[in-house]
Amino acid sequence: MQTTSDEVLIGRIAGGDRLAMQVLFARHHVRVYRFVLRMVRNEATAEDLISEVFLDVWRQAQKFEGRSAVSTWILSMARFKALSALRRRTEDELDDETAGTIEDPGDDPETVLAKKDKGAALRQCLEKLSAEHREIVDLVYYHEKSVAEVSIIVGIPEATVKTRMFYARKKLSELLKEHGIDRGWP
Amino acid sequence: MNAADRNEASEIELLLPWHAAGTLSVREAQRVEAALADDPELASRYEAVREELGQTIELNESLGAPSARVMAELFAKIDAEPARRAPLSITLTTRVREFFAARSPRTLAWSAGAAALAIMLQAGVIGGILLKDHGGGRTETFETASALMSAPGNGSYAMVRFQPKANMDDITQFLETNKLMIVGGPAAGGLYRVMIDKTKLQRDALVDRIKQLQQNKVVGFIAAQTE
Repeated sequence: MQTTSDEVLIGRIAGGDRLAMQVLFARHHVRVYRFVLRMVRNEATAEDLISEVFLDVWRQAQKFEGRSAVSTWILSMARFKALSALRRRTEDELDDETAGTIEDPGDDPETVLAKKDKGAALRQCLEKLSAEHREIVDLVYYHEKSVAEVSIIVGIPEATVKTRMFYARKKLSELLKEHGIDRGWP
Repeated sequence: MNAADRNEASEIELLLPWHAAGTLSVREAQRVEAALADDPELASRYEAVREELGQTIELNESLGAPSARVMAELFAKIDAEPARRAPLSITLTTRVREFFAARSPRTLAWSAGAAALAIMLQAGVIGGILLKDHGGGRTETFETASALMSAPGNGSYAMVRFQPKANMDDITQFLETNKLMIVGGPAAGGLYRVMIDKTKLQRDALVDRIKQLQQNKVVGFIAAQTE
Protein backbone atom coordinates (compact mmCIF):
# COMPACT_ATOMS: atom_id res chain seq x y z
CA MET A 1 0.00 0.00 0.00
CA GLN A 2 1.35 3.38 -0.93
CA THR A 3 1.43 6.09 1.72
CA THR A 4 1.16 9.77 0.99
CA SER A 5 4.61 11.33 0.97
CA ASP A 6 5.55 13.96 3.51
CA GLU A 7 6.06 16.44 0.68
CA VAL A 8 2.52 15.93 -0.53
CA LEU A 9 1.21 16.34 3.01
CA ILE A 10 3.10 19.62 3.38
CA GLY A 11 1.53 20.81 0.13
CA ARG A 12 -1.91 20.02 1.51
CA ILE A 13 -1.11 21.63 4.85
CA ALA A 14 -0.06 24.77 2.99
CA GLY A 15 -3.58 24.81 1.62
CA GLY A 16 -5.06 24.59 5.12
CA ASP A 17 -5.78 20.85 5.16
CA ARG A 18 -6.18 19.96 8.85
CA LEU A 19 -6.37 16.23 8.16
CA ALA A 20 -3.01 16.29 6.39
CA MET A 21 -1.62 18.00 9.46
CA GLN A 22 -2.95 15.20 11.64
CA VAL A 23 -1.31 12.60 9.43
CA LEU A 24 2.03 14.40 9.45
CA PHE A 25 1.84 14.88 13.22
CA ALA A 26 1.03 11.21 13.81
CA ARG A 27 3.92 10.22 11.57
CA HIS A 28 6.63 12.33 13.18
CA HIS A 29 5.70 13.61 16.61
CA VAL A 30 7.14 10.74 18.68
CA ARG A 31 10.57 10.91 17.08
CA VAL A 32 10.66 14.70 17.24
CA TYR A 33 9.62 14.50 20.90
CA ARG A 34 12.44 12.06 21.68
CA PHE A 35 14.95 14.22 19.83
CA VAL A 36 13.91 17.27 21.84
CA LEU A 37 13.67 15.34 25.10
CA ARG A 38 17.25 14.15 24.70
CA MET A 39 18.26 17.80 24.42
CA VAL A 40 16.17 19.49 27.11
CA ARG A 41 15.86 16.44 29.40
CA ASN A 42 12.48 17.46 30.69
CA GLU A 43 9.28 15.82 29.48
CA ALA A 44 6.93 18.77 30.03
CA THR A 45 9.32 21.14 28.26
CA ALA A 46 9.76 18.67 25.41
CA GLU A 47 5.98 18.40 24.98
CA ASP A 48 5.58 22.18 24.91
CA LEU A 49 8.34 22.48 22.38
CA ILE A 50 7.02 19.90 19.94
CA SER A 51 3.63 21.61 20.08
CA GLU A 52 5.41 24.81 19.03
CA VAL A 53 7.35 22.99 16.34
CA PHE A 54 4.26 21.52 14.70
CA LEU A 55 2.41 24.82 14.97
CA ASP A 56 5.29 26.31 12.98
CA VAL A 57 4.95 23.48 10.46
CA TRP A 58 1.30 24.51 10.03
CA ARG A 59 2.18 28.18 9.71
CA GLN A 60 5.23 27.81 7.50
CA ALA A 61 4.19 24.96 5.21
CA GLN A 62 3.78 27.41 2.33
CA LYS A 63 7.44 28.35 2.67
CA PHE A 64 8.71 24.77 2.52
CA GLU A 65 10.80 24.54 -0.64
CA GLY A 66 11.61 20.85 -0.63
CA ARG A 67 15.35 21.41 -0.50
CA SER A 68 15.55 18.80 2.25
CA ALA A 69 13.35 16.00 3.51
CA VAL A 70 10.36 17.14 5.55
CA SER A 71 11.66 15.24 8.60
CA THR A 72 14.99 17.08 8.29
CA TRP A 73 13.15 20.41 8.13
CA ILE A 74 11.09 19.54 11.21
CA LEU A 75 14.13 18.35 13.19
CA SER A 76 15.97 21.57 12.29
CA MET A 77 13.11 23.62 13.72
CA ALA A 78 12.91 21.38 16.77
CA ARG A 79 16.62 21.73 17.43
CA PHE A 80 16.44 25.51 17.16
CA LYS A 81 13.55 25.67 19.61
CA ALA A 82 15.23 23.29 22.05
CA LEU A 83 18.44 25.33 22.02
CA SER A 84 16.44 28.54 22.54
CA ALA A 85 14.62 26.94 25.47
CA LEU A 86 17.91 25.80 26.98
CA ARG A 87 19.31 29.31 26.67
CA ARG A 88 16.24 30.74 28.42
CA ARG A 89 16.56 28.36 31.28
CA THR A 90 18.61 29.67 34.18
CA GLU A 91 21.22 27.60 35.91
CA ASP A 92 18.94 27.19 38.94
CA GLU A 93 16.07 25.94 36.80
CA LEU A 94 18.43 23.51 35.12
CA ASP A 95 19.55 22.15 38.46
CA ASP A 96 15.99 21.76 39.73
CA GLU A 97 14.48 20.26 36.62
CA THR A 98 17.21 17.90 35.67
CA ALA A 99 18.23 16.62 39.05
CA GLY A 100 15.80 13.76 38.71
CA THR A 101 16.44 12.96 35.09
CA ILE A 102 20.20 13.18 34.59
CA GLU A 103 21.97 10.17 35.93
CA ASP A 104 24.96 10.59 38.16
CA PRO A 105 28.05 9.73 36.15
CA GLY A 106 29.59 8.16 39.23
CA ASP A 107 30.25 4.45 39.58
CA ASP A 108 26.99 3.46 41.26
CA PRO A 109 25.53 -0.02 41.88
CA GLU A 110 23.82 0.20 38.55
CA THR A 111 27.17 0.74 36.91
CA VAL A 112 28.53 -2.33 38.60
CA LEU A 113 25.65 -4.29 37.14
CA ALA A 114 26.15 -2.62 33.80
CA LYS A 115 29.64 -4.00 33.62
CA LYS A 116 28.02 -7.39 33.32
CA ASP A 117 25.69 -6.19 30.63
CA LYS A 118 27.51 -4.54 27.77
CA GLY A 119 24.32 -3.23 26.24
CA ALA A 120 23.23 -1.52 29.42
CA ALA A 121 26.73 -0.11 29.88
CA LEU A 122 26.65 1.26 26.35
CA ARG A 123 23.32 2.95 26.99
CA GLN A 124 24.59 4.43 30.23
CA CYS A 125 27.66 5.78 28.47
CA LEU A 126 25.53 7.19 25.66
CA GLU A 127 23.68 9.18 28.34
CA LYS A 128 26.96 10.55 29.62
CA LEU A 129 28.10 11.96 26.31
CA SER A 130 28.08 15.74 25.95
CA ALA A 131 24.95 17.32 24.46
CA GLU A 132 26.82 17.92 21.20
CA HIS A 133 27.89 14.30 20.96
CA ARG A 134 24.52 12.90 22.04
CA GLU A 135 22.84 14.96 19.38
CA ILE A 136 24.94 13.69 16.51
CA VAL A 137 24.79 10.08 17.67
CA ASP A 138 20.99 10.27 17.88
CA LEU A 139 20.67 11.92 14.47
CA VAL A 140 22.86 9.34 12.76
CA TYR A 141 21.78 6.17 14.54
CA TYR A 142 18.20 6.80 15.59
CA HIS A 143 16.90 9.40 13.18
CA GLU A 144 18.76 7.81 10.26
CA LYS A 145 20.05 11.06 8.90
CA SER A 146 22.71 11.12 6.19
CA VAL A 147 25.87 13.19 6.47
CA ALA A 148 24.27 15.91 4.35
CA GLU A 149 21.07 15.93 6.40
CA VAL A 150 22.93 16.15 9.71
CA SER A 151 24.90 19.02 8.20
CA ILE A 152 21.63 20.86 7.49
CA ILE A 153 20.08 20.15 10.89
CA VAL A 154 23.11 21.02 13.00
CA GLY A 155 24.39 23.76 10.71
CA ILE A 156 27.96 22.50 10.32
CA PRO A 157 29.97 21.41 7.26
CA GLU A 158 29.71 17.79 6.20
CA ALA A 159 33.39 17.16 7.00
CA THR A 160 32.73 18.40 10.54
CA VAL A 161 29.72 16.09 10.80
CA LYS A 162 31.98 13.10 10.12
CA THR A 163 34.72 14.16 12.53
CA ARG A 164 32.23 15.09 15.26
CA MET A 165 30.69 11.65 14.99
CA PHE A 166 34.16 10.15 15.14
CA TYR A 167 34.96 12.05 18.33
CA ALA A 168 31.60 11.13 19.85
CA ARG A 169 32.37 7.47 19.23
CA LYS A 170 35.89 7.89 20.59
CA LYS A 171 34.51 9.45 23.76
CA LEU A 172 32.01 6.62 24.05
CA SER A 173 34.84 4.09 23.92
CA GLU A 174 36.71 6.01 26.62
CA LEU A 175 33.64 6.03 28.85
CA LEU A 176 33.19 2.30 28.29
CA LYS A 177 36.80 1.74 29.23
CA GLU A 178 36.12 3.56 32.51
CA HIS A 179 33.31 1.07 33.01
CA GLY A 180 35.74 -1.77 32.51
CA ILE A 181 34.80 -2.53 28.92
CA ASP A 182 37.71 -2.24 26.52
CA ARG A 183 36.65 -2.25 22.90
CA GLY A 184 40.25 -2.13 21.72
CA TRP A 185 39.67 1.32 20.26
CA PRO A 186 40.78 4.08 20.49
CA MET B 1 41.24 16.71 14.19
CA ASN B 2 44.96 16.29 14.84
CA ALA B 3 47.39 14.36 12.64
CA ALA B 4 47.22 11.24 14.78
CA ASP B 5 43.45 11.18 14.67
CA ARG B 6 43.46 11.88 10.97
CA ASN B 7 45.63 8.87 10.38
CA GLU B 8 43.52 6.82 12.73
CA ALA B 9 40.24 7.85 11.18
CA SER B 10 40.40 6.89 7.57
CA GLU B 11 37.65 8.20 5.35
CA ILE B 12 36.13 4.74 5.29
CA GLU B 13 36.12 4.47 9.07
CA LEU B 14 34.41 7.84 9.34
CA LEU B 15 31.61 6.45 7.20
CA LEU B 16 30.99 3.32 9.27
CA PRO B 17 28.16 4.81 11.38
CA TRP B 18 26.23 5.82 8.27
CA HIS B 19 26.91 2.46 6.67
CA ALA B 20 25.45 0.72 9.72
CA ALA B 21 22.42 3.02 9.60
CA GLY B 22 21.97 2.39 5.87
CA THR B 23 22.15 6.04 4.89
CA LEU B 24 25.12 5.97 2.52
CA SER B 25 24.80 6.20 -1.23
CA VAL B 26 25.11 2.92 -3.10
CA ARG B 27 28.59 3.88 -4.28
CA GLU B 28 29.81 4.78 -0.80
CA ALA B 29 28.27 1.65 0.67
CA GLN B 30 30.10 -0.45 -1.90
CA ARG B 31 33.40 1.23 -0.98
CA VAL B 32 32.80 0.49 2.69
CA GLU B 33 31.79 -3.11 2.00
CA ALA B 34 34.96 -3.67 -0.03
CA ALA B 35 37.10 -2.21 2.75
CA LEU B 36 35.37 -4.33 5.38
CA ALA B 37 36.01 -7.46 3.35
CA ASP B 38 39.73 -6.65 3.12
CA ASP B 39 40.39 -5.39 6.64
CA PRO B 40 39.48 -7.64 9.62
CA GLU B 41 40.34 -4.88 12.11
CA LEU B 42 37.99 -2.48 10.38
CA ALA B 43 35.35 -5.23 10.36
CA SER B 44 35.81 -5.63 14.11
CA ARG B 45 35.32 -1.88 14.61
CA TYR B 46 32.24 -2.05 12.44
CA GLU B 47 30.77 -4.59 14.85
CA ALA B 48 31.26 -2.02 17.61
CA VAL B 49 29.45 0.54 15.48
CA ARG B 50 26.55 -1.85 15.04
CA GLU B 51 26.36 -2.33 18.80
CA GLU B 52 26.23 1.44 19.27
CA LEU B 53 23.48 1.66 16.67
CA GLY B 54 21.38 -0.98 18.40
CA GLN B 55 21.78 0.51 21.85
CA THR B 56 21.08 4.05 20.64
CA ILE B 57 17.82 2.84 19.15
CA GLU B 58 16.95 0.98 22.34
CA LEU B 59 17.75 4.03 24.45
CA ASN B 60 15.60 6.32 22.33
CA GLU B 61 12.74 3.85 22.15
CA SER B 62 12.73 3.69 25.95
CA LEU B 63 11.95 7.40 26.14
CA GLY B 64 8.25 6.87 25.63
CA ALA B 65 5.90 9.18 23.78
CA PRO B 66 4.35 12.55 24.47
CA SER B 67 0.96 12.68 26.16
CA ALA B 68 -2.30 13.18 24.29
CA ARG B 69 -2.49 16.75 25.54
CA VAL B 70 0.13 17.77 22.98
CA MET B 71 -2.07 16.90 20.04
CA ALA B 72 -5.17 18.38 21.69
CA GLU B 73 -3.43 21.66 22.44
CA LEU B 74 -1.76 21.83 19.05
CA PHE B 75 -5.01 21.43 17.14
CA ALA B 76 -6.79 23.85 19.43
CA LYS B 77 -4.15 26.41 18.43
CA ILE B 78 -4.46 25.45 14.77
CA ASP B 79 -8.23 25.85 14.92
CA ALA B 80 -7.72 29.30 16.41
CA GLU B 81 -5.51 30.33 13.50
CA PRO B 82 -7.08 32.45 10.78
CA ALA B 83 -8.48 30.39 7.90
CA ARG B 84 -6.37 30.52 4.80
CA ARG B 85 -6.63 29.67 1.16
CA ALA B 86 -3.69 28.18 -0.62
CA PRO B 87 -2.14 30.32 -3.34
CA LEU B 88 -2.56 28.91 -6.83
CA SER B 89 1.12 28.03 -7.02
CA ILE B 90 0.88 25.91 -3.87
CA THR B 91 -2.19 24.01 -4.98
CA LEU B 92 -0.74 23.40 -8.41
CA THR B 93 2.59 22.23 -7.04
CA THR B 94 0.75 19.93 -4.69
CA ARG B 95 -1.35 18.56 -7.50
CA VAL B 96 1.70 17.90 -9.65
CA ARG B 97 3.53 16.25 -6.75
CA GLU B 98 0.51 14.15 -5.91
CA PHE B 99 0.07 13.21 -9.54
CA PHE B 100 3.63 11.97 -9.92
CA ALA B 101 3.72 10.50 -6.43
CA ALA B 102 0.71 8.36 -7.22
CA ARG B 103 2.45 6.88 -10.21
CA SER B 104 5.90 6.10 -8.88
CA PRO B 105 7.35 3.88 -6.21
CA ARG B 106 7.37 5.41 -2.75
CA THR B 107 11.09 6.03 -2.79
CA LEU B 108 10.85 7.89 -6.05
CA ALA B 109 7.91 9.90 -4.85
CA TRP B 110 9.90 11.04 -1.87
CA SER B 111 12.63 12.51 -3.98
CA ALA B 112 10.09 14.36 -6.10
CA GLY B 113 12.93 15.35 -8.31
CA ALA B 114 14.35 15.17 -11.73
CA ALA B 115 15.81 11.72 -11.28
CA ALA B 116 12.47 10.22 -10.40
CA LEU B 117 10.82 11.98 -13.24
CA ALA B 118 13.47 11.01 -15.74
CA ILE B 119 13.28 7.36 -14.75
CA MET B 120 9.53 7.43 -14.99
CA LEU B 121 9.44 9.19 -18.32
CA GLN B 122 12.05 6.98 -19.85
CA ALA B 123 10.31 3.86 -18.64
CA GLY B 124 7.56 4.12 -21.21
CA VAL B 125 7.64 2.15 -24.43
CA ILE B 126 6.77 3.87 -27.66
CA GLY B 127 3.51 2.51 -28.85
CA GLY B 128 2.34 1.83 -32.31
CA ILE B 129 1.05 5.32 -32.90
CA LEU B 130 2.82 7.84 -35.09
CA LEU B 131 4.51 10.34 -32.84
CA LYS B 132 7.33 12.71 -33.66
CA ASP B 133 9.58 14.46 -31.22
CA HIS B 134 9.94 18.17 -30.99
CA GLY B 135 13.45 19.21 -31.93
CA GLY B 136 15.70 20.31 -34.71
CA GLY B 137 13.82 23.56 -35.08
CA ARG B 138 10.68 21.91 -36.39
CA THR B 139 7.55 23.79 -35.56
CA GLU B 140 4.93 21.69 -37.27
CA THR B 141 2.23 20.32 -35.04
CA PHE B 142 0.86 16.83 -34.78
CA GLU B 143 -2.39 15.27 -33.91
CA THR B 144 -2.84 11.94 -32.26
CA ALA B 145 -5.69 9.64 -32.81
CA SER B 146 -7.80 9.14 -29.75
CA ALA B 147 -6.31 5.73 -29.22
CA LEU B 148 -4.25 6.56 -26.16
CA MET B 149 -6.92 8.01 -23.95
CA SER B 150 -10.29 9.18 -24.92
CA ALA B 151 -10.99 12.89 -24.86
CA PRO B 152 -14.27 13.98 -23.34
CA GLY B 153 -16.63 16.28 -25.17
CA ASN B 154 -15.60 19.46 -23.37
CA GLY B 155 -12.20 21.06 -23.21
CA SER B 156 -9.12 20.82 -25.39
CA TYR B 157 -6.43 18.25 -24.74
CA ALA B 158 -2.92 17.40 -25.80
CA MET B 159 -0.51 14.55 -25.32
CA VAL B 160 2.79 15.72 -23.87
CA ARG B 161 6.09 14.06 -23.19
CA PHE B 162 8.43 16.11 -21.03
CA GLN B 163 12.15 16.37 -21.64
CA PRO B 164 13.88 13.68 -19.57
CA LYS B 165 16.11 16.35 -17.99
CA ALA B 166 13.19 18.56 -17.00
CA ASN B 167 12.81 18.80 -13.24
CA MET B 168 9.67 19.02 -11.16
CA ASP B 169 9.95 22.76 -10.61
CA ASP B 170 10.29 23.47 -14.34
CA ILE B 171 7.30 21.29 -15.14
CA THR B 172 5.22 22.86 -12.40
CA GLN B 173 6.07 26.32 -13.66
CA PHE B 174 5.27 25.32 -17.23
CA LEU B 175 1.86 23.97 -16.20
CA GLU B 176 1.09 26.94 -14.00
CA THR B 177 2.19 29.60 -16.46
CA ASN B 178 0.17 28.07 -19.25
CA LYS B 179 -2.81 27.13 -17.07
CA LEU B 180 -2.50 23.46 -17.95
CA MET B 181 -3.69 20.47 -16.00
CA ILE B 182 -2.37 16.92 -16.21
CA VAL B 183 -5.39 14.64 -16.39
CA GLY B 184 -3.89 11.30 -17.34
CA GLY B 185 -0.83 9.17 -18.05
CA PRO B 186 1.86 8.29 -18.27
CA ALA B 187 0.94 6.21 -21.29
CA ALA B 188 3.30 4.35 -23.59
CA GLY B 189 6.20 6.57 -24.57
CA GLY B 190 5.96 8.51 -21.30
CA LEU B 191 3.06 10.55 -22.63
CA TYR B 192 0.82 12.56 -20.36
CA ARG B 193 -2.62 13.80 -21.23
CA VAL B 194 -2.97 17.48 -20.48
CA MET B 195 -5.99 19.78 -20.61
CA ILE B 196 -4.79 22.87 -22.46
CA ASP B 197 -8.07 24.75 -22.41
CA LYS B 198 -11.34 24.36 -20.58
CA THR B 199 -13.22 25.06 -23.79
CA LYS B 200 -13.17 23.24 -27.08
CA LEU B 201 -10.83 25.33 -29.21
CA GLN B 202 -11.33 25.77 -32.93
CA ARG B 203 -8.76 23.98 -35.06
CA ASP B 204 -6.68 27.09 -35.87
CA ALA B 205 -6.64 28.21 -32.26
CA LEU B 206 -5.71 24.70 -31.20
CA VAL B 207 -2.79 24.59 -33.65
CA ASP B 208 -1.56 27.99 -32.45
CA ARG B 209 -1.78 26.88 -28.84
CA ILE B 210 0.17 23.70 -29.54
CA LYS B 211 2.85 25.66 -31.41
CA GLN B 212 3.17 28.04 -28.49
CA LEU B 213 3.50 25.25 -25.93
CA GLN B 214 5.96 23.43 -28.17
CA GLN B 215 8.48 26.23 -27.65
CA ASN B 216 8.86 25.51 -23.95
CA LYS B 217 12.13 23.85 -22.97
CA VAL B 218 10.44 21.20 -20.82
CA VAL B 219 8.41 19.88 -23.74
CA GLY B 220 9.98 16.99 -25.62
CA PHE B 221 6.88 16.26 -27.65
CA ILE B 222 3.38 17.66 -27.83
CA ALA B 223 0.42 16.85 -30.06
CA ALA B 224 -3.19 17.93 -29.97
CA GLN B 225 -5.54 15.16 -29.08
CA THR B 226 -8.58 15.07 -31.27
CA GLU B 227 -11.71 12.99 -31.01
